[in-house]
Order: sequence, then C-alpha cells, then structure tokens
Amino acid sequence: MAADSAHASQHSPDGEETRRDFLYLVAGAMGAVGTGAFAWPLINSMNPSADVLALSSTEVDLTPIEVGQSVTVVWRDKPVFIRHRTEDEIAAANDVAINELPDPQTDADRVVKPEWLIVGGNCTHLGCVPLGQKTGDEKGEYDGWFCPCHGSHYDTSGRIRKGPAPLNLPVPPVEFLDDTTIKIG
Amino acid sequence: MMKKLVFAAAAAAVAMSLGAAQAAEGIQAPKSTWSFSGIFGTFDQAQLQRGYQVYKEVCAGCHAMDLIAFRNLAELGYNEDEVKAIAAEYDVTDGPDDEGEMFDRPARPSDYFPNPFPNAKAAAASNGGSVPPDLSLMAKARAAGPDYLKAMLMGYEEDVPESVLQQIFEIETEKNRKRAEEIGLTDYNRVESVEDLGLPDTSSFNAYFPGYGIAMAAPLGDEAVEYADGTPATLENHAADVAAFLMWTAEPALDDRKQMGIKVIIFLLIFSGVLYAAKRKCWADLH
Amino acid sequence: MSSGQPFQTNNAIIKWIDHRLPIFSLTNDTLVDYPAPRNLNYWWNFGSLAGLALVVMIVTGIVLAMQYTPHVDYAFDSVERIMRDVNGGWLIRYIHMNMASFFFIAVIIHIFRGLYYGSYKAPREILWILGVVIFLLMMATAFMGYVLPWGQMSFWGATVITNLFSAIPLVGESIVTWLWGGFSVNNPTLNRFFALHYLLPFVIVGVVILHIWALHRFGSNNPLGIDAKGPQDKIPFHPYYTVKDAFGVGVFLLIFSVFLFFAPNFLGHPDNYIPANPLSTPAHIVPEWYFLPFYAILRSVPDKLLGVVLMFASIGILFILPWLDRSPVRSCKFRPVYKWFFWVLLIACVALGWAGQEAPEGAPLYISRVATAYYFFHFLVLLPLLGVIERPKPLPASIAEPVLGGGEVWSNAAAKPMEKA
Repeated sequence: MAADSAHASQHSPDGEETRRDFLYLVAGAMGAVGTGAFAWPLINSMNPSADVLALSSTEVDLTPIEVGQSVTVVWRDKPVFIRHRTEDEIAAANDVAINELPDPQTDADRVVKPEWLIVGGNCTHLGCVPLGQKTGDEKGEYDGWFCPCHGSHYDTSGRIRKGPAPLNLPVPPVEFLDDTTIKIG
Repeated sequence: MMKKLVFAAAAAAVAMSLGAAQAAEGIQAPKSTWSFSGIFGTFDQAQLQRGYQVYKEVCAGCHAMDLIAFRNLAELGYNEDEVKAIAAEYDVTDGPDDEGEMFDRPARPSDYFPNPFPNAKAAAASNGGSVPPDLSLMAKARAAGPDYLKAMLMGYEEDVPESVLQQIFEIETEKNRKRAEEIGLTDYNRVESVEDLGLPDTSSFNAYFPGYGIAMAAPLGDEAVEYADGTPATLENHAADVAAFLMWTAEPALDDRKQMGIKVIIFLLIFSGVLYAAKRKCWADLH
Repeated sequence: MSSGQPFQTNNAIIKWIDHRLPIFSLTNDTLVDYPAPRNLNYWWNFGSLAGLALVVMIVTGIVLAMQYTPHVDYAFDSVERIMRDVNGGWLIRYIHMNMASFFFIAVIIHIFRGLYYGSYKAPREILWILGVVIFLLMMATAFMGYVLPWGQMSFWGATVITNLFSAIPLVGESIVTWLWGGFSVNNPTLNRFFALHYLLPFVIVGVVILHIWALHRFGSNNPLGIDAKGPQDKIPFHPYYTVKDAFGVGVFLLIFSVFLFFAPNFLGHPDNYIPANPLSTPAHIVPEWYFLPFYAILRSVPDKLLGVVLMFASIGILFILPWLDRSPVRSCKFRPVYKWFFWVLLIACVALGWAGQEAPEGAPLYISRVATAYYFFHFLVLLPLLGVIERPKPLPASIAEPVLGGGEVWSNAAAKPMEKA
C-alpha cells in the first residue's frame, strides 16, 4: 500500500480529490500573488526616489538674458536651452511649410511667449547636446542648433530639419510664474 | 509535551534577556500613551505640527536635523504652498554662481533643514564644548525612544516630582554603600540632595539622562511655545508633542508600515490556513 | 514509485533540452521524485526555511546595494535615504535586517535538530561539515553586513572583532592592520567589507548546493535515526514534503512579519542609529544576538589569546563531532542518557547567549564560565564516553513499522543488532 501511496488518492472518492485539487489551486494562486507582492517593492525601488523627484522642477530668472542670447539650465540632470529670440528668428520659425517638416509642429505650439524658446537640449537621435548655444558655435543650416555627433540640423524653433534625428527638440512643461520667472517641470 | 515546553522556555529566556539588555542603569522613563503605539496606532498630524513648532522655535536653535527636508513637512498635513512658505523663511547657501561666488537664497521644499552651526567645531565652541546631537534619528537612537525623550524633557530638577528625586537618591546611596562594602569600608556617602550627586557646574541635573548631568539647560517650560490650535501650552504638552515629532522624523514610514503589516498578516494567516488544509488532505492517504 | 524512477515527459521540447542538458531530470530527481523518509517531523522544515531566508537575503541585498554608498562619509546617510526616499526602501531594508536574524534562527534550529537526531553520523559526515562551513560563512557575512550602515555599533563592533586577531602571537598586529587597510577601521575597511558582504552569499549558495548534493547521496536522516529498509519507508518529496514545507514557510513568514512590521528594531540596537564616531565608544557594546554565545565564551576567559582560541574552537569542535560521538545509535529517542545532556547543552547555549549581553562580572561571568566549561565537556568528554557506557533502547525494525503498525509496536520489537552507522 505504501509503495503506491502517491497514487493512493485515486482510490478516494471523487469529492475528496476535487477538494484537494481545489486547495492546491488556491494555495498556488495565493503563493503567486504573495511572490508578486514581494517582488513589486523590489522592482519599484529602482524607480526615481522621493529626493530625486523633489528636484524635478527648476525655477529660472529670465531678466539677465538679452535678446539674441541663449542660456543653458539644468533640469532633471539634463540641459535645457533657453533662447531669447530676435524678431528675425521668430519670423524664420513661422515662415515654414509645416507639412514639409519631418516632425510637423507650428512654432506657436512650441512656445508660451514667442520671444522665449525653451527646449530640451538633447538631440532626439541619440542624446548628444547640439551646438548653437554660444555665439561662436556652428548653428547648422537653419540657424538653430547643430548636433556634432551625427549631423542633425535644428531650426530657430528647435525643430528637426535635416539629419538622422526623428523628432523636434522636446518642449518641457513650462509655466511663467511672472513676466520674468519661469518654472520648468 | 516536554520538548515543546523546554523550547518555549528557552525562547522566552532569550526574548527576556534581550529586553533586559535595554534596561538603563538609573530609573526607567515612565511609559506614555502615544497615538502611534500599538498595532493600529498612527501619527496624530495635529500633534506632529505642534511638535514641529516646538522643534522650530526651541530646539532648532542648537540642534541640527540633517535628514529632514522641507518637502517632508507635507506628511504633517501642510499643503504645497504652506511648505513653500515655511521653506522660504530660511536662507540656504547655494552656488557657485557664474562669477564663482557662493550666494544665499530662500530655501525651497527640496532643501534640507539648515544646520544652526557651520560645522561641529563651531557647534562645540558655542555650547561649552559639547556638540548638540542631530535630532533626526533621536527617537530610535535611545532605548526607550519617545518615552525617554518626553521624560528627559520633563526631568529637570524643578519639574520632576519629589518622589522621583527620592528614588534616585536611594539608588545612588545604595550604589555608594555597595562600593564601600566592596573595598571593606563601613562608611559611605548618603545622597540626600541633588548637590550630593556631585555633578559638574557646567551641567544640569536631569533625572532620566544617563549619569544625571546633562549639558543642555532646561529647554522647555510652561508657555515655551504658543500653540495656534488652542492646546494648553504646558510643559507636558510641549514635551509630548516634540517627542512625537521626533518619532516621526526618526521613522516617517511608521503609518505605512503598520497598515501594510495588518494586510500582510491577514494574507499570511489565510495562506497558512489553506496550506495546512492542503497538507492535511495530501497526507491523509498516507496514515 | 518512490525511488529512482527516471524522469519522463511527453513534451518534445523538454525532452530535446533534457537530452542535452539534463536539468529537468535533475530538478525532478532533487525536488519532485526524490525519495524522502516518510516519518520526517516538523523539525525537518528548517532546512528549506533557511534556503528561503538565503534567497530573500540575496534578492533584497542586491536591490539595497543599488542604493547604498560604501564610503565612510555617505554610508550612514545613504542607508537613511533608503529608509526615507527610496520607494519601499524602508520595507526592503527592514526585511534584510530582520531576515538576517530569522536566517540564523532557522539555521540554529536546523543544527540542534541535527544534534538531537544524530544527523551528523556516518555516512553523513561531509553533509554535516558542509553545514558547519555554511554556518561560518553566514557569521562572516552577517558581521560584515552589520558594519555597512556605519552606525556606532557597526564601527565599534568592527573594531572589537577585527582586534580579536591581534591576539595571535607575533603576527597579530600585522594581520589586524592588513584587515583594516590602515591604522583603524576606516574607509578601506568599509569598502572591502562591502565587497565581501556581496560576494560571500554567493559562496554560501555554492556550499548549499554541495550540502544538498551530499544530502541526496544517502537521503535525509529521520526521527528514528535508522536507515530506510525499502520503498515502503519512503515517499516522494513532491507533493508530500513540498506541501509540508510550504505550510512551514507560511508560519515562518507569519512570525517574521510580526517582527518586520510591528517591532522592526527589536532585534537591533539603538546605538546603530547614531553615526559612527571613532572618538567615542558607546557605554555598552554588544554584538548582534546570534553572536552572543560566542561573545560570552570569549569573555569568560581572562586570557586574551585563550579566549579567542576557545571562541573559534567552539565552532571548530563541530567539524570533528562525527568522530567524537562514538554511539552507533543516531536518534536521541533511543539514547536514554544522552537525551538529557542534549537539553543541558541547549540550556548552556541559551545561558551563554544571556551572559553575552551582560557586563562580564558577577553572576553573568560565573554563568558564562560554567556554560563554557560544560560546552567543551559535552563534546570532548561526554559524547565519547556515552558512546561506550550508554545502553541504547532497542531500535525498531524499519521506519514503516511504527508508522504503519501504530505507536507501540516498535518498542516491543525484539532488540535488533545496532544499526551499524
């Protein structure tokens, strides 16, 4: 009898067997749920922590930035370009056939106030920082930014015009706290 | 079952001896009732806000709290604007700016509480040679935690009940007697007043501080802080509120922990029950 | 059914893989069809519980290492950042902290189970020795892990324990300097402890695999301590022991959860929430509870070198235990005299644990000396002696007999010649 004890259950009434299988099923399901509940905090711990998230907004005072000048600020550990655009640059940004752009977007969709262009400073190709912030920089064929890594050209609205990058420079969430102070993030 | 009894006794002995390790040499801090005691206990936000007020207006003059940022105050029930306003009351050093100079700016919620002293040497120099300890973890760094902190804050000579003083005098007299006995003397010093304890001039008597001599002069008294919510400004309330606040700074996840604990334990009770039933069913064939 | 049936499947992919890499056969032979004695009691649960604890420690430890900074200036704060800012960090850190204790609880019970039922006797000597190796590695890992938060107990514990090696004549001081990588416990020490604390658990996993390998060579011992006579004495590991172990896991986690969620610092020491200060030693420095018996042995001897030697010898002696115990009978059930001394040994160990956290003077010192003396007397004198003079009770004919034939059958069985171990 002991020899085939593992199969002994087949001699028991069907009801018994069903109950046992049901218990196994419930136990297995609860074990799976429990393991998942244990695994989740471990996985979630690798997401940004509270101290990292607390630094996720940056306030910038725009007063010292002259017309035609650009500054780079840091938001979420990455550069953000702020350009105080000239009338010509604004005009150039608007004087474009939108449907011919690789990533069609009007200039008005990309700015809160036309004189202030605020875009993320990493090329949408593979993340290099494009040139064009300093006066002596190569600004590319469209007078915006030029990425030295793989030759992407951005215009005065930060839109991709030529080269391997697929998308325009991203616009971060920007809020004007007053006329000369912005909050990014 | 003999075996089980012996095992249980052994386990109890271990548990008790671990408890005994925590015992102080002086007198025990009396146990207080806290909103966060027990399995279902949670922090009382109003009390934490009062405690923060006591810390801010009294303790923060000397004691740093490096691990707490202004943003953490949101957990005390302050909204975003209130947290910003509290932070903006303080200046923090930032920089260097484009000219390479460090500059002061109003604190932001992401900033940590500023330290009252630039460094430990400055803190020691301003406080008669001893550095006021950082309070962030104080409630977990002392054996009886908030009970001790409350008792200590109320443990100065003028605040402590006469009976507690008498108890201490008896303990110390007994210690002197034993010491004398060990070296074969019959004479020993009776401790009958605080002066007989022979504390240094630079320290104050405190009934619950180890060794009784504390470098901090009594920081609190009645009316030390005026509460906005109308809670009476008594020494006991001040001490209890700030002790509760320090428990929060030491263990901010306490509420989350207990709530999760209840759920996990209910789950495991059911899980173990199901497994026991499954085990019984499985083994039923065998016996 | 129970023994040695080869692994079979109808799944073509599994067959294909198993033919080239017999991993399914191995798993099947180890955890599914593995024939286990049918009479194992709940004391046999603690091996799998220790295995579970090891897995939990490694998994939580890896995640903690992603957030921890092994530098004297940042270690304490990085641990507090885990407790405050990292998502669920307090939970992961408290699990790691408390599971360390529960790992030791499981392993200590596992060891005493082995002592009571004679699981160290032939042919399981190597199985036992590997277990002692695991215990030593665990202690090293736990000690170095306790240093990482860089609190006062971390620092002073590290200082005191590393200084033990200074007791070694002639080269002691040089060894301590080498261990520290400097003239005190400092940043190089913290860095190497972190590296080793990360490495050693994987070494433990390796030794655990050997331990299980050695176990499966002759199969588990059992409460009767006699060898299985045939298939009627054994049952397949799955489902009988998988479900029984799973139930044990449920209860173990339940008790663990009470500590984890409602008294997470009960087994710790408040002083470790004070950042390390090399200029000020806490008034009472005590090691973690699982080191207390060894600490008591160390302090029971007035001579520095002898204390250290005795402390290490208290574990070293376990390596030769299979040869110290001369009795041919494994289980204490059939050893009327030794049975009582087993409990005396347990009480001596608990007494050492108690004495270890008291100041080494007066009654605690006296008790720790008596208990230390008994500990060595037990292994070095009592066990060899009892093997000769003790008259064991008659052994049952087989495992199945008392199980199948009702409680009292075996005790009436004619005294058989001793199981030659």
